[in-house]
Amino acid sequence: MADKQESMNRRKFLREGLWGACLAGVGTAAGLSIARNNRDNMVWQIDPYKCIACGNCATYCVLEESAVKCVQAYAMCGYCDLCTGYLVPEPKALDTGAENELCPTGAIKRTYVEDPYYEYTIDESLCNGCGKCVKGCTVFGNGSLFLQVRHDRCKNCNECAIAAACPSQAFRRVPADQPYLLKGAEQEP
Amino acid sequence: MIRFARLAVLAVALLVPCLEVQGEIRFPPPEFESGHQFPETTSPGAQPVFHEYVDVAVLVLGLLLASYLIFKRRSRRAIFILMIGALLYFGFLRDGCICPIGAIQNVTLTAFDSSYAIPLTAAAFFVIPLVFALFYGRVFCGAICPLGAIQDAVLIRPVAVPRWLESGLRLMAYTYLGAAVLFAATGSAFIICRYDPFVGFFRLGGNWNILIIGASLLLIGLFIGRPYCRFLCPYGIVLRNLSRLSKRRVTITPSECVQCRLCEDACPFGAIREPTGDWPEGEYKIAKRRLALFLALLPILVAAGAWGGYTLRNQLAGMHPRVRTAERVYLEENAKVEGTTDVSDAFRATGQTTELLYTDATAIRNRFALGGALLGGFIGLVVGGKLIGLSVRRRRTEYEADPAGCFACGRCYQSCPKEHERLKKSAEAMAARV
Repeated sequence: MADKQESMNRRKFLREGLWGACLAGVGTAAGLSIARNNRDNMVWQIDPYKCIACGNCATYCVLEESAVKCVQAYAMCGYCDLCTGYLVPEPKALDTGAENELCPTGAIKRTYVEDPYYEYTIDESLCNGCGKCVKGCTVFGNGSLFLQVRHDRCKNCNECAIAAACPSQAFRRVPADQPYLLKGAEQEP
Repeated sequence: MIRFARLAVLAVALLVPCLEVQGEIRFPPPEFESGHQFPETTSPGAQPVFHEYVDVAVLVLGLLLASYLIFKRRSRRAIFILMIGALLYFGFLRDGCICPIGAIQNVTLTAFDSSYAIPLTAAAFFVIPLVFALFYGRVFCGAICPLGAIQDAVLIRPVAVPRWLESGLRLMAYTYLGAAVLFAATGSAFIICRYDPFVGFFRLGGNWNILIIGASLLLIGLFIGRPYCRFLCPYGIVLRNLSRLSKRRVTITPSECVQCRLCEDACPFGAIREPTGDWPEGEYKIAKRRLALFLALLPILVAAGAWGGYTLRNQLAGMHPRVRTAERVYLEENAKVEGTTDVSDAFRATGQTTELLYTDATAIRNRFALGGALLGGFIGLVVGGKLIGLSVRRRRTEYEADPAGCFACGRCYQSCPKEHERLKKSAEAMAARV
């Protein structure tokens, strides 16, 4: 009987010890996280200088219509008449004819400013983030058109599905209070 | 005019390689005579952080409520309502992200990558259900987890799974947990999020392959209770093992067990264990020998697993994007394949040397050699531990819920005749007082 009691006590002691160890382990995980935590959340963003405009952003996003859109850094734009981001490589005419437009959804608006300058603005409700204009602008133009994750749409998945499919590893986590990596507005190189 | 412009573009294009490729202003931005101003590039803000703090508060309150309902109220109906509420909030309203299951990877990455800053909410979501498991068991699984809730809600005709099959299938969850930790620690991928079967339902859209997997799990879930929770969920493995030590456990009967076996059929998750006596005469010796054999087998299983994981190191390392890039570039450089891919083009555009890429990839592969061995060893340990667990006989005098497998859903309460007696008595007492 005394033996049994002793064995029960030992078992209880072991259990309590293990319980304490587990609580300590969980506490350590919590402590480590707090030590390394970021008060702000992190959100996904595209480094425009790493992006190769492969087109994955249009298809890999978990949203039906990608959270990635093309944006225009106006101060970098040449306002060219022959815009290689707007027009197909050998346009029939330098105008807004659909057959001349590079954008598959007609999301870029071309407006006359003054001779010889035209302004190009993106209609984000039409843009699907395919990056065709970005490629045209980066290869032949100033590179003022580039892709960005738009945070009014982004679900901020724990692992971004586009980031996983990005061939140039251009996606990275950035602090939520500075959620954009805009061209022409960099503080850092 | 067009031709001239095109020639100009061509000339510029030919000049490009001589210049710095990125960030080049080829056509100077205009100075407008009409006084036209450059518009601002808009940057719509991210979701406010307080949403996440609300999520943490809802999680804590939900868990407290679930613990109260399972241990004090003992009401299946109340738990079911709470579970549906959690499904609507964490699942459909908050899009099933972030959840503790995926937070395993955030915590792992924090431990291994000092440049990664874990959001406070991810850490809280990982830790809080574990603390509750140490006190009250798997109340998170039963009432709060949206992945569990969506499966629990579709369970209409439960079929019992033989215990040997259940243990065998659970090995998938252990492997999944080990792999998720390995890939998160090496910074390769968050596989739990990538293959989350139900997030597509919560968002009402997504990758078709994953939606099909989710739909099949729900179809299986019509007959087999919570297949994801029992056979796949990596967080469930952590909760299960912590719940073995939990301070409070689900006690099926409120008073004395009459051994009617009704609760055994009521549990769709096979978590109820029958009473056991001592070893039958003669079997004890065999069992003792079997236990000795399994104890001796344990180091062999661990070693075999470690060796298996080590041999798979290169396949495992293929999950890392840097290694994939290196493999592709190596094939191209040595003329083993024709043409280039986006991956290799992007690598060449960075101007890095292939030596650097190969050095990086070799370092990552070496990390996977150790990681793969640890993963394999872990799986060996789990198999060995299970074999030992099976050959140890625990003494039980009544029908009990196994704290590891019990999701704290409260179904067994309804089946117990003693519970009905208790409810009747308390109702009478209430009526008498009125």
